[in-house]
Amino acid sequence: MNALPPDPIRRHRALEAIWGTPPGLGRLAAVNHTVVGLRFMVTAFVFFAIGGVLAMLIRAQLATPGNTFMPPGLYNQVFTMHGTVMMFLFAIPMLEGLAMYLLPKMLGARDLAFPRLSAYGYWCYLLGGGFIILAMLLGIAPDGGWFMYTPLSSSTYTPGINADVWLLGITFVEISAVSAAVEITASILKMRAPGMSLARMPIFAWYMLVTAVMMLVGFPPLILGSILLEVERAFGLPFFDPTRGGDPLLWQHLFWLFGHPEVYIIFLPAAGVISTILPVFARHRLVGYNWIVLALVAMGFLSFGLWVHHMFAVGIPHMALGFFSAASMAVAIPTAVQIFAWLATLLKGRPRFDLPMLYLLGFFFIFVNGGLTGVMVAAVPFDWQVHDSYFVVAHLHYVLIGGFVFPLMAGAYYWLPHVTGRMPIYHLGHAAFWLVFIGVNMTFLLMHLTGLLGMPRRVYTYPAGIGWDWLNLLSSVGGFLSAIGFALFAVDMLLLRRFGRRAPRNPWGAETLEWAMPLPPPSYNFASLPPAESRDPLADRPRLGQEAAVGMHVLGTPRHGWMETLGVEAVSGRPEQVILLPRPSFLPLALGLATALCFLGLLLKAYWLTGLGLAGVLTVGWIWCWSLGARRDPARVAAGEGLFLPLHMVAPAQPGFLGMGLLLVADAAFFASLAFGALFLALVAPGWPPPALLAFDPWLSALGLAGLLAAPLATLLARASLRRGGTGACSWLMGLGALAGLLAAFAFAALPLWRGQDFTGHAYAATALVLGLYVALHAGLGAVMAGFTLARCRAGYVSALRDLAPRNTGLWQGYTALSGVAALLLLQLWPWLAAP
Amino acid sequence: MPAALPLLAACSGPQSVLDPAGPGAAAVATLWWVMFAGASLILLGVCGLALYAVLPRRRGRGLDAGRFLAGGGLAFPLAVLAVLLVVSLRAGEALLPHPGPRVVRAEGEARQWFWTFTQYDAAGRAIRTTDELHIPVGVPVDLRLTAADVIHSFWVPRLAGKLDAIPGHENLLRLQADAPGLYEGQCAEFCGLEHTRMRFRVRAHAPEDYAAALAGLRLTPTANPVPERSP
Repeated sequence: MNALPPDPIRRHRALEAIWGTPPGLGRLAAVNHTVVGLRFMVTAFVFFAIGGVLAMLIRAQLATPGNTFMPPGLYNQVFTMHGTVMMFLFAIPMLEGLAMYLLPKMLGARDLAFPRLSAYGYWCYLLGGGFIILAMLLGIAPDGGWFMYTPLSSSTYTPGINADVWLLGITFVEISAVSAAVEITASILKMRAPGMSLARMPIFAWYMLVTAVMMLVGFPPLILGSILLEVERAFGLPFFDPTRGGDPLLWQHLFWLFGHPEVYIIFLPAAGVISTILPVFARHRLVGYNWIVLALVAMGFLSFGLWVHHMFAVGIPHMALGFFSAASMAVAIPTAVQIFAWLATLLKGRPRFDLPMLYLLGFFFIFVNGGLTGVMVAAVPFDWQVHDSYFVVAHLHYVLIGGFVFPLMAGAYYWLPHVTGRMPIYHLGHAAFWLVFIGVNMTFLLMHLTGLLGMPRRVYTYPAGIGWDWLNLLSSVGGFLSAIGFALFAVDMLLLRRFGRRAPRNPWGAETLEWAMPLPPPSYNFASLPPAESRDPLADRPRLGQEAAVGMHVLGTPRHGWMETLGVEAVSGRPEQVILLPRPSFLPLALGLATALCFLGLLLKAYWLTGLGLAGVLTVGWIWCWSLGARRDPARVAAGEGLFLPLHMVAPAQPGFLGMGLLLVADAAFFASLAFGALFLALVAPGWPPPALLAFDPWLSALGLAGLLAAPLATLLARASLRRGGTGACSWLMGLGALAGLLAAFAFAALPLWRGQDFTGHAYAATALVLGLYVALHAGLGAVMAGFTLARCRAGYVSALRDLAPRNTGLWQGYTALSGVAALLLLQLWPWLAAP
Repeated sequence: MPAALPLLAACSGPQSVLDPAGPGAAAVATLWWVMFAGASLILLGVCGLALYAVLPRRRGRGLDAGRFLAGGGLAFPLAVLAVLLVVSLRAGEALLPHPGPRVVRAEGEARQWFWTFTQYDAAGRAIRTTDELHIPVGVPVDLRLTAADVIHSFWVPRLAGKLDAIPGHENLLRLQADAPGLYEGQCAEFCGLEHTRMRFRVRAHAPEDYAAALAGLRLTPTANPVPERSP
């Protein structure tokens, strides 16, 4: 079937013409996962440097007792920004970028499932992060601590714009986290090499799969909390105000429901890096692959059951704390399984002592130390003493530096030849290691004692003579040592990129697919997609890279300018469809800018800007979705190696459908958090039951319910008629669904608003309003989607086979109906719970 | 062990968890030393094993991976954690403010950035003080914690662990001092601009002196005036 002769150079040129990112301003249109992944990582490293400078300011302030280097207001901004930048602008985006860069290459695909979505995520990250840093430069950075406890962060006690910068900026950035989670999950499940079953996936993909699913469920509680707090601050609707039926503890629950899984979301990808690199240097396959996969899944579940260990000192009954204490200790077990699997791999292998290995040994010491203090703070009475002291500061830095930074530095040296095509030389790398290793331990090992001697965190100074002086001074010296080390590491990376000697193909003798390509990698990754006949494809066929380059394998023939990659059946890895990916586009940037306008309007309380932004988002979103798809049913195409596969637009299990399902998983987590909040307030908050219940109009409820149920029903009927060939019937049924959606949106918005209620008086009314608006918003968006589908039907983009638009619309409407029924039940029943 | 003396000296201090002066803090200090010893052994073991594993000449190639993982990854942590869980839950239970005949009650209300304490004399009359709580030695004191504005946290490390004072909530903290003296405390939950300055003290009196001390406070109500709320 080869239209081109098996000449790798010509094939390379043809593919590069299709997959390459345009030069000049065209770079702003980049959607390629290599480009976007690297952008994420480089940007994250810049934020790491900013966070590091902030850390040094903290250490300078605390180096001596009674220091007046910074006034308290500035110090509060600095430590808040240090935590915020490191968590939200460094760690999370760094792991997203790493996953985006590596996953398609390891899985034997040419790109991620939704390249434009990852580009959009990047713009949200850059613009949102830019907001926050700009605010810091203007001196109006958030100053309430990176977990923003209410009521301190409420408008009464933090009246300025500072807290709004945090709430809106972080929510903006989290769009990129949710989109990355959808992207990564869908890509791992659908876009792999032919024959790569789940059981044959490289272990890193398992780590990222668990991480991405955790992100889908873990970020929505934070997004909900931020929205509620911002609404409370901007419009006076109480959710956390104890004088009006709210509860500051609700914020803590929502924050840590996100915050603790987040620790594992940060750790797991780095552990995946270890599980990938360590076997290469141990020269032995990873021991206990199945054990590790089970441990990961266990960790994923457990990590959602231990958020309360951040709240041991808020006065929750001891019996309940016991449960969370047990869960917090139990999570050490899957960690121990991994540690012992790594030790076993080293023991059974013939380890080669290279620089990445040195960083891994550093990881072992620092991370195990952090894990052990983690078990200590899981013991409730001990936590009562050390909670919010420098002991906890030491613990969390051991975990995050040991569990994230060290593995990533090992990874940086390991994948350096992959990214740059240059081999590392080790002089500076060794010096950087020792500076960071000694510096980090000097800073934080001593800090355990500082905490035990009673120093609380977040104090801008301390008196002499309590025994904290010498410890803080040494911690500061250590901090500066590690900062020099990190700077040296950055210099080393730049120098190696420029002056390193050329790397040969697969320089480490690794066995995963990302090394079966020329270095640095071409934009299309593989000239033909190599098969995965085992977990270590390069071990079975060391010449797989050359075979792929001459087009021996799947999709080796560039045609029609198509950006083709393979879609597989999720479990077995059987080739199932040819996925045509969208070309580079300015739409992600446009959508990012429109989204930024929405957030800017909210921040400046210039709501006309937000309206303008929303109109922009809807317009660009419409154009974006319109630009995809086909106007006739394409025939099956030859994919090489005797495969004839359908194109994705006519494949039943196309990634777009999965993507919508995953988005709704995140949405359901958001709604579940909202329902949890409503019940929590009714059962725990002071000032309940509310002074007056809202009277919901039964006619409005019935109308809303009818609209909610009619919309997905109309779509079901539309799809049935589509299968019988009736595109016309499909059109008017979708129109009917759109009307039903509008009706439901109207009814649910009117339900709490009907009698001109006062929503600022009590959390009950405020929460009822949010529940009503949630459903109304979903019904309204469902109507827009039904309208879009109608237009697509009329323009000929929809057929019995090309049914993504009606299917996704139906899925959305079905979810809306479910959440709407749940919201109605909650609105009717929940006041009874609070009744005396 | 003379070598350990400087170490122990480094552990004392006016706010040191490791220098307990009451049964609550003492129980936690004991728990700490046990966990510290255990954790140090585990850390040495794991890092020793990792270093051993990268030696050029060593045994281990014929390792039975399944048994190694089941033993090191499952059985060992399961056993250690089960013991620790039971020990720590029992210790925690003993620190709770269980009702008893001799319990003295007191109240603490936090606001930015000071505490108002209320203690009661034998006649049940309330005596209010600022930033200094007076308690009798050797008897359990249950301190009812509330907050008037934002969240604060009451922490006197030498007497007991911390407990938050949360607006809209009431929390009960059990305190007990073994000897008369002054015990330093500091707000442990970040509470705004002058969080750092929110220091306070617990003054423990011998039982025979307690009534006189309270009477003295009653006679000089201006000794510890309640300041106006800072802007």
